[in-house]
Amino acid sequence: MQFEHTEEQLMIRSAARELLESYDSARLRAAIGAPGGYEAALWQQMGGELGWCGLALPERYGGAGLGWIELCLLQEELGRRLVASPFFASAVLGAALVMECATEAQRQELLSPLARGQMRFGCAITGPGGHPAPQGVDAEITSAGASLRLSGVADFVIHGDTADVLLVLAREGGGLSLVSIPAGTSGVHVIPHVMMDLTRPMSRIEFQDVTLGADARLGAPGAAALPLERALDLARIALAAEAVGAAERVLEMTGDYLKQRVQFGRPLGSFQALKHRMADLMTEVEAAKSAAWYAACAAQERPEECAEAAAIAKSYCCDAFYSCAAGSVQLHGGIGFTWEHDAHLYFKRARASATLLGSPVWQRERLLRVLGLGAAATPAF
Amino acid sequence: MQLGFTPAEERFRSEAAGWLEAQLSGPFRDLRGESTFSAHLERRLEWERALGAARYGCIGWPAAYGGRDATLAEQVIFAEEYARAGAPWRIGHMGVELAGPTILAFGTDAQKARFLPPIARGEEFWCQGYSEPNAGSDLANVRTRAVLSGQGAQRRWVIDGQKIWTSLAQFADWCFMLVRTEEGSRGHKGLSYLLVPMRQPGVTVRPIRQMTGEAEFNETYFTGAVTDADHVVGAPGDGWRIAMGTLAFERGVSTLGQQMGFRNELDAIIAAARANGMVGDPLIRQRLAHAHIGLKLMRYSALRMLSSAQAGRLSNEAYTYKIFWASWRKKLGELAVDVLGPAAEVAAPTYEWELLPRLFLGSRADTIYGGTNQIQRNIIAERALGLPKEPRGS
Repeated sequence: MQFEHTEEQLMIRSAARELLESYDSARLRAAIGAPGGYEAALWQQMGGELGWCGLALPERYGGAGLGWIELCLLQEELGRRLVASPFFASAVLGAALVMECATEAQRQELLSPLARGQMRFGCAITGPGGHPAPQGVDAEITSAGASLRLSGVADFVIHGDTADVLLVLAREGGGLSLVSIPAGTSGVHVIPHVMMDLTRPMSRIEFQDVTLGADARLGAPGAAALPLERALDLARIALAAEAVGAAERVLEMTGDYLKQRVQFGRPLGSFQALKHRMADLMTEVEAAKSAAWYAACAAQERPEECAEAAAIAKSYCCDAFYSCAAGSVQLHGGIGFTWEHDAHLYFKRARASATLLGSPVWQRERLLRVLGLGAAATPAF
Repeated sequence: MQLGFTPAEERFRSEAAGWLEAQLSGPFRDLRGESTFSAHLERRLEWERALGAARYGCIGWPAAYGGRDATLAEQVIFAEEYARAGAPWRIGHMGVELAGPTILAFGTDAQKARFLPPIARGEEFWCQGYSEPNAGSDLANVRTRAVLSGQGAQRRWVIDGQKIWTSLAQFADWCFMLVRTEEGSRGHKGLSYLLVPMRQPGVTVRPIRQMTGEAEFNETYFTGAVTDADHVVGAPGDGWRIAMGTLAFERGVSTLGQQMGFRNELDAIIAAARANGMVGDPLIRQRLAHAHIGLKLMRYSALRMLSSAQAGRLSNEAYTYKIFWASWRKKLGELAVDVLGPAAEVAAPTYEWELLPRLFLGSRADTIYGGTNQIQRNIIAERALGLPKEPRGS
């Protein structure tokens, strides 16, 4: 039992932090304005020479064979800088869906290019109502002779407009199936949104009688519901890690400002009203780190605790991030409300991360069910 | 980073679990699940002696002083098994968790040899003499005086003053105290850390009745009380540093033990909510989930603190741990009475309370003692976040 990162793990963290040190506000804003909403050069560097996309993939797919603990360290560092990147959609959510749902041959085919940084996934798992998957899935698969036909709408697809392959969750028979569709397939219409969170673009995707080969289905027909849950929990845990990194960073930025800004002849940070709010935020951040780190361990070592740990980490870390980002806007005063200052970028990411894959309220209701405490009406989001 | 245990550690687990089960289904079955602070005093003292005799009293201490040189993992395991077995709250915790570790870290060899083995055997019990009527949050304002008098073998500290909030003082054998030993000194300078026997004519203990109706705290008066000249931990005048060290030990393995009591309280709330149907109320459900999450986070944070402490570091969560658990438990108390409804407000004829109303009332103290939430926030802001210090009055 050692609940601290190892030397090797800390080296991964410090290498990532060093690389992203130069990812400042100007670079982030340039990325937001770039085609696809991310910096292509950084994505190539992360996926190619650094091997980040394959970090947690088994060696047989060309990965480094490390685990979710290491992946979550990268997520924390990416979160600190709000890096706008296909990493979460591809190397976290997409990889988890393929690992959990696909056959060995399909994994080989989809994950090997990911490990080389040459695969961007768009995960079309959410229906148009925006309910956490698998609630409200609209897309449906019907058999058409030897092939499959896909129709319906998915929404809130992260980096859906630049994906190489779409992973689409669809109803089939009485169950759920996951299919992979190459970008540009006939009948697939991708409509990019303008999102409140500028750092994580999303699209609505309409499927109009898309014809697919039976081999597009990952795993057995209608059998995706169970592996989907595990994949979603892994993604929630990694999202929690990202939130923790961002929360910690936005708190640091706020602390620096309070030390330097003088009013009434004193640094703002010497006023107890502001100190106490900062102390409360740090208390949340420290507890959030414990939640995220434990969940990453559970993802790696204790599958039986994964659902509980994911619900705890996703709800607590996203709440903590929101508190810190909201506190940052308030404690910066007027400048915190401007477009020019980065506080709003953190605030908007905090809101978007809280919603993604089930809100904190939704996670807490789910937690009680996991613990066997019965059920109340399902929260909508 | 890994959560698992080795086969040797698992063997230790089954050995400890076996012993606890045998005791708590045998000679100590009446104490199973005992969560009060000090009820059934005589039986609780017997339990401490039984733990000591089996060398389970202070397993992290060196074997030479009655411990087992247990590793961090073994201490975690023992705390878990202790909780799982429903073993009673440790009435010896002032000695085991505070006095002992302080003496171990800062004491002389003679002090270690004199004081540690009786704590480990469960034979001597301790209380804490820090707070005074005018030294609460401002602990450095301590005024209780101690002066050295006498010559040669007769040289002793003579202590005069008043301490307050001394839990368990009524049956403690010893008190570790912060006293002023330099005439005219102020603030945290000129303080010393003394070990003082409680059973002597110069010490008077008066219980303080609290809002719960119980009397767990005391006022303790020292009127010409004495202790040996060499019963000072650290150098005379160095008491502040030693006392702060004791506060750091409060964040040790004991937190894992404390959490077992919290778990029992939360389980009782869940049982009550199931029984009266409140478990189906969406707002209550959210609060139950928050409570469960908070408790788990305390456990994870305690594991982090222990892991970094073992590597010789005081990590950031150590600063935030107190305010986190205290605020959590106060909310737990409110949840308890919201689940129970009006029934929570009916006391026994002697103004005694069942577990959950007692939690509601008792938890109001959690954010006060051991440093109020407001003092904790100052400490976090100044020491962990590096914000400017509070201006001091003259």
